Amino acid sequence: MKQSTLLKVASSSILKNKMRTLLTMLGIVIGVGAVIVMVAVGNGAQLQIKNQISSLGTNLIIVMPGSGTPGGVNQGAGSYNKLTVADADKLKRDGTLFAAVSPVVSARVQAITPQGNWRTLVNGVSTDYLTIRDWAPSSGAFFDASDVASGRKVAVLGATVAKNLFPGVDPVGQQIQLGKVPFTIIGVMAAKGQNAGGMDQDDVILVPYTTAQTRLSGNVRIGQILVSAQSTEQMAAAQDEVATIMRDAHHLDGADDDFTVRNQTEITEAMSGTTRVMSALLAAIASISLLVGGIGIMNIMLVSVTERTREIGVRMAIGARGSDVLTQFLVESVVMSLLGGFVGLAAGYGGAALLGHLTGWATSTPLSSVVIAVGFSAAVGVFFGFYPARKAAGLNPIQALRYE
Amino acid sequence: MSTTNKPVIAIEKVKKVYAMGTNKVFALRGVDLVVEPGEMIAVMGSSGSGKSTLMNILGCLDVPTEGTYVLDGTRVDGLSRNALADLRNQKLGFVFQGFNLLPRTSAIDNVELPLLYDRSGRKLDTRALAKQALERVGLADRLDHQPSELSGGQQQRVAIARALVTQPKLLLADEPTGNLDSRTSIEVMALFQELNDQGITVLLVTHEPDVAQYAKRIVEVRDGRIIRDHPVATRRSAAADLESAARSDSETVADVLEEAA
Repeated sequence: MKQSTLLKVASSSILKNKMRTLLTMLGIVIGVGAVIVMVAVGNGAQLQIKNQISSLGTNLIIVMPGSGTPGGVNQGAGSYNKLTVADADKLKRDGTLFAAVSPVVSARVQAITPQGNWRTLVNGVSTDYLTIRDWAPSSGAFFDASDVASGRKVAVLGATVAKNLFPGVDPVGQQIQLGKVPFTIIGVMAAKGQNAGGMDQDDVILVPYTTAQTRLSGNVRIGQILVSAQSTEQMAAAQDEVATIMRDAHHLDGADDDFTVRNQTEITEAMSGTTRVMSALLAAIASISLLVGGIGIMNIMLVSVTERTREIGVRMAIGARGSDVLTQFLVESVVMSLLGGFVGLAAGYGGAALLGHLTGWATSTPLSSVVIAVGFSAAVGVFFGFYPARKAAGLNPIQALRYE
Repeated sequence: MSTTNKPVIAIEKVKKVYAMGTNKVFALRGVDLVVEPGEMIAVMGSSGSGKSTLMNILGCLDVPTEGTYVLDGTRVDGLSRNALADLRNQKLGFVFQGFNLLPRTSAIDNVELPLLYDRSGRKLDTRALAKQALERVGLADRLDHQPSELSGGQQQRVAIARALVTQPKLLLADEPTGNLDSRTSIEVMALFQELNDQGITVLLVTHEPDVAQYAKRIVEVRDGRIIRDHPVATRRSAAADLESAARSDSETVADVLEEAA
């Protein structure tokens, strides 16, 4: 039998039992739809976390103070701060795998303007900070190398600070008092939103680290050094290089590290690992409904074979081979499950969009889920259609013709 | 039609044994039969006589336990399931008692069906051939009717068209009039006679002596053996019977038949 004829025979028999076909397809529609929605939700969550983490900075390596153990009592991370600006300078000078290096000198201060005041974090950084955080001012400008070198009292506001202290006004050119020191606002950063930990990254004021050290923290120790590796592939090597340079800078032959190096991929992996498990779980639960849909197809195909025993007998009597009958029933179940798969695909896409719209969850339907949905529904059709089809093909034509 | 002299059917010492548990049932105990091209044979016998088994073997639906069967020059016994299917498709046309048309399928689609299973590789205009076959049985105006929209006689005509469409060597009819009233039965027999006159070999199984009288030769089967094989002395013409029934329109066909007998 020709392919076109086979399809015609299968589709005509599907069309002759509209209600039954619809109900059978519904199982597959729900199965495929559920898989797609669940994959979309899981995928969306993963993507969101990835975006949040990469908003921390590109290929970020963080050097933090180490833990001190004075008298055998470990004081925990950050208790033994030996980081200095000189370390940051050495990293910048000697590093071969770094795109940018910036010290971070942090202080919590009360920011005061004639309109109001706001307690916030002041980060003293270098010009490299923009590269590291992949960030840019939305109005005004960032301070330049000469501002840093001469420790000018210039400040760049985060979007949240600007909104709270200068509602509806452009803060560029205005004065702001940080602690007791007056600064000139030269720019406002673009909004970056919350980070993965839920902290507002825009509730910050950036100033040159030199100014921060002399005017705000009054301490030669610095909170951390941010390093950006040149590429993601070089993260591990870059991290090793950071450690080597730091040990050299601190003259630590043989002694324990007095600093900690962490990188962003560790954080990313930990968080996306969790969501990966979650989305796999969701997809697994949804696949169960696909399985149930498949069993529905098998059930209907078995009923259909029994009901059409005479028809099978007639077809055999007029010359259909067993393989013709097998193919006919197999094509029928595959066409049915594929149709269900396509409808389920549309329903899944619609459902994911609707869910995203109603709940505000990020949903993302990868193209691969289309391939998987269609492939799986065809596979379900073949797998669950095979047994009934083989049963039909194996019928004895004499008994089939006599079947009442 | 084939003009060679080889018989359409030649079976020799055919036996069929079924195993029913530990018992053996001898459905056929050695049957010889030769059917020449152009014959019209009625196989008669009561139920259990073995005529259905004989029919199944002749129809290549079943294979004999012993003996040989040559259909139009092809040795049938020992063939595979697929080869039997192809043989049924190429050389045989089946007409059943219960019509066995596909429900919810138009007449022309039903008739076209055997051509869709054609494996000979020749190019066929299946649609045109199906239409011709329906025209041949007088249903040119019913091409798109479904079986449920046709009378019993018309349904059997569609079934005959389906059997004819592959231009088979042999038309096998199993109780073709069993589900029809007597007038329609005669109409269907008239069609068989007409087709036989055109050169088609017809073998029909029946238990009605009236119907058998329309054949040229009668073979009687009992207990798995052919007990009588004789030509019909006074063959009846179904067309003539219909005419005389039409003339005496107050009487039923059955009465006419009784009178004529």
